[in-house]
Amino acid sequence: MADRVVLAVDQGTTSTRSIVFDRGGRLVSVRQREHRQFFPRPGWVEHDPMEIWANTQRTAAQALRDAASSAGEVVALGIANQRETTVVWERATGRPVTRAIVWQDTRTADLVARLSSRPDAAVVRERSGMDIAGYFAGPRLRWVLDHVPRARERAEAGELLFGTMETWLVWNLTGGPDGGVHVTDVTNASRTSLMDCRSCTWDPVLLDFFGIPAALLPEIRPSVGQLGTATALGSPIPITGTLGDQQAALFGQACFTPGEAKCTYGTGSFLLQNTGTELVRTRSGSISTVAYQLAGEPVHYALEGSVAVAGALVQWLRDGLGLIATAPEIETLARTVADNGGCYVVPAFSGLLAPHWRGEARGLVAGLTSYVTKGHLARAVLEATGWQTRDVVLAMAADSGLQLPSLRVDGGMTTNNLLMQFVADVLDTPVVRPMVGETVSLGAAYAAGLAVGLWADVEALRRNWHRSAQWSPVPRRAAQLAAEYPTWEKAVRLSIAWGAD
Amino acid sequence: MPGSVQSLERAAAILQVVAGSGGTLGVTDIAAAVGLPKTTAHSLLRTLLGVRFVEQDREGRYALGPGLLRLGAGHLDVNELRSRASNWTDALASRSGHAVRLAILEREQVRVVHHVFRPDDSAQVLDVGSVLPADRTALGKVLLAFAPHRSVRGTVDARRADVAAVRARGWAAEDGGHEAGTAGLAAPVRGSTGLVVAALGISGPAESVLDRQHQPRPLLVSMVVESAQAISRELGWHG
Repeated sequence: MADRVVLAVDQGTTSTRSIVFDRGGRLVSVRQREHRQFFPRPGWVEHDPMEIWANTQRTAAQALRDAASSAGEVVALGIANQRETTVVWERATGRPVTRAIVWQDTRTADLVARLSSRPDAAVVRERSGMDIAGYFAGPRLRWVLDHVPRARERAEAGELLFGTMETWLVWNLTGGPDGGVHVTDVTNASRTSLMDCRSCTWDPVLLDFFGIPAALLPEIRPSVGQLGTATALGSPIPITGTLGDQQAALFGQACFTPGEAKCTYGTGSFLLQNTGTELVRTRSGSISTVAYQLAGEPVHYALEGSVAVAGALVQWLRDGLGLIATAPEIETLARTVADNGGCYVVPAFSGLLAPHWRGEARGLVAGLTSYVTKGHLARAVLEATGWQTRDVVLAMAADSGLQLPSLRVDGGMTTNNLLMQFVADVLDTPVVRPMVGETVSLGAAYAAGLAVGLWADVEALRRNWHRSAQWSPVPRRAAQLAAEYPTWEKAVRLSIAWGAD
Repeated sequence: MPGSVQSLERAAAILQVVAGSGGTLGVTDIAAAVGLPKTTAHSLLRTLLGVRFVEQDREGRYALGPGLLRLGAGHLDVNELRSRASNWTDALASRSGHAVRLAILEREQVRVVHHVFRPDDSAQVLDVGSVLPADRTALGKVLLAFAPHRSVRGTVDARRADVAAVRARGWAAEDGGHEAGTAGLAAPVRGSTGLVVAALGISGPAESVLDRQHQPRPLLVSMVVESAQAISRELGWHG
C-alpha cells in the first residue's frame, strides 16, 4: 500500500501553493498560482479574497490529482498563510465587504499615530507583547470598521466575520455560509495586537482600546489539532494544522528547542528564534510572538526579527539599475572583486523594521569613491542582507540571553554561496541549509500530520531534517567583520537621519 | 510562417537534428531527418561549417561546432544554473541517499558549481569551486564525452570507445578512479539549445553505488538520468 500523505497549502503574498508531502517529509507534487496585486493608492496593497479562495481550490485539486498515482490516502490538510493580512466578510453570503488589506499596506499610519499618543497606549505592549504598529492586523480591522459603510453596525449585529487568510480559507473549506468553521490559530491571533499574549485569548481591554466588537472575531485554537473537515476538495480531509508562514518555516526547520533559530531569505528576511514556553519581554528591537501550540500543550514562544528588504534589494539591482539580467547573477558580479571597496548600501526603501523600527529612514549608498565599481556595489548589496541579519541577531541575544548554536536558513537567496558564507562570518556562527527548501509548506504539513498521528511527536520531525549544506565561519574573516561592524552601524544612523523631517 | 527566411529555418532544423543526435551524423541521415534533398542539405552544411556552427570528423560526419559552443557558453551563468537546479539536486540527494554535485567544463577543467551533502548529517565540507580530474570522475567523463566539439573531446582521443559508449548510454560511472572506495554516476544536463551545459552526478561508498558485479545500481542510474533531464527541462530544453 502506498504511504499516507499530507496536503499543505501555502497561501503567500504573491501566490498560493499546494504541495503534497510524504511521511519522509519529501515533496510528492506541487502546484502554484499567482494572484493579482491591487495598488489603489500610494501605500495601499490589496488582494481579492475570492480569487485566493479559487486559487486554493484549484491548486489543491491539481496537486492531489498529480499525487494520486504514486501516493496513498491524504490524511490531513495544513495551511500556512501570509500573516497580518485582513479579511472581513458577510457571514450569510461569504462575500468580502472589501478587498483584503495586505500586510505591506501602510494606510493605517495615521490611525496608529493617533492610537499611540493616547495616554493608555502602554496597555498594548503590556498585554499583547508588542508595541502598536501598522504592521499588525488589529489596526487594519479597525480601518475597515471605520471606512466601509455600515460595517461597525453590522459587525456588532454579528453579520460580519473577521479573519486572517487561514481563517478565511478554513471557513470556506468547511462549508462557508453553510456551517463553515470560524477559527484562527494562536500564531495568527498573536499578530493582531488584540490577543492577551499570556492567556492566548482575545483581550477585552485591547478590544476596547482598538474599538473592535468581539462578535466578529474567530475562535482561537492551537496550531496543531482538529479544526474541522474540508468538504470542498472532493473527498473529505481533516484540517489539523494552521500556522502563520514564518512560524510554519520555524516548524518546518524543526526548531523545537529554545535557542534554535531559522532565517528565511526571500523578498524580506525573517529570523525567528524559539524561546520555549516563557514569553520574553523585549527591549532591544525584536518582537515576542507565538511560535506554535500543540493541542493540550503549553504555547511555545519565539523572538522575531523582520527585515523588510533582502532579496528585494537584489531585484532593485536587476530591475532598477539593470546591472544583472537575473537575480542569481549577482554572485557572479560580486565575485569580480575581492571586497566591498568601502561601499555600503542601506536598503531602507520604506523605513527600517527590526531592530530599529524607524519608518522615516530612507535608503542610501555610502562610501562612494571613483574606485567603486558595479562589482563592489553588488557585494555591498549582498552584504547589506548579512549586516541586517547581524543587527537582528544581536538584538535577540540581548532580549533572550540565548546563544545561537547555528542558524538554519531557507528561501531563494540560500543558493548564493557568497552571501551564505558572509552570513556565517558576520555572525561568527555556522549557517546550515536543510534538504527541503520548501520549509513553509513543510511546516504546515508537519503540523497537520502530527495532529493525526502520521508522525508520533516532534522528535520524529527532527529526524526528518537533514543538512544539504553548511557554511562555517572563518575566524580571521569573522574578526575582520566584527571590526567593520561600526561602519555599517554608522551607515544605518545616516539613513535614519536622512529620512528625518 | 510569413516573412521567415527558408534557408535559415532549414539550417536551424539541421542544427537541431545534429544536437539531438548526441553524436555525429552523416549528410544522408541529416537530409532524411529534415526532409531535404541531399544536395540542399550539403550546401547548408558547408555554410554552417564556414561559421563553425558544425564541424566534420575524419569520416566526414557532422557534429556541433565550437562556434555554437561559444554562443551558448557565455549565456548560462553558473550561479543561475545552481539556482535553477537546486530543487532537483536536493530531491536527488534525498531520494538516492548520496552526495550530489553539478559540474561544468571550464577551460577544459571540470569545476564543481553546486554541491549537496549526503543526507546523513555527518561532517561534510562544501567543495563548490573545486576542480576534479576530467578523465577519472563520472562528472568529467560526461562533460568530455558530450563536449560539442572535438578539440575538447580530442584530449581523450585514446579513449574514443569510452566516449562513444558514454554518449550512447547517456551516463557515465566511476569506480575508485578518483578516490579509492568511492564510486559515482553522472548524466548530462542540457541547456535550451540542446548543448550539454553541465553534468549532474552522485557519489558515495562503492558498495552502495555499485552492485556485487561492480555494476551501477539501475535504480540510482535512472534517478540521476531523470534528475538531469528535469534540470534540462527547467533550463528550457524540450528534447
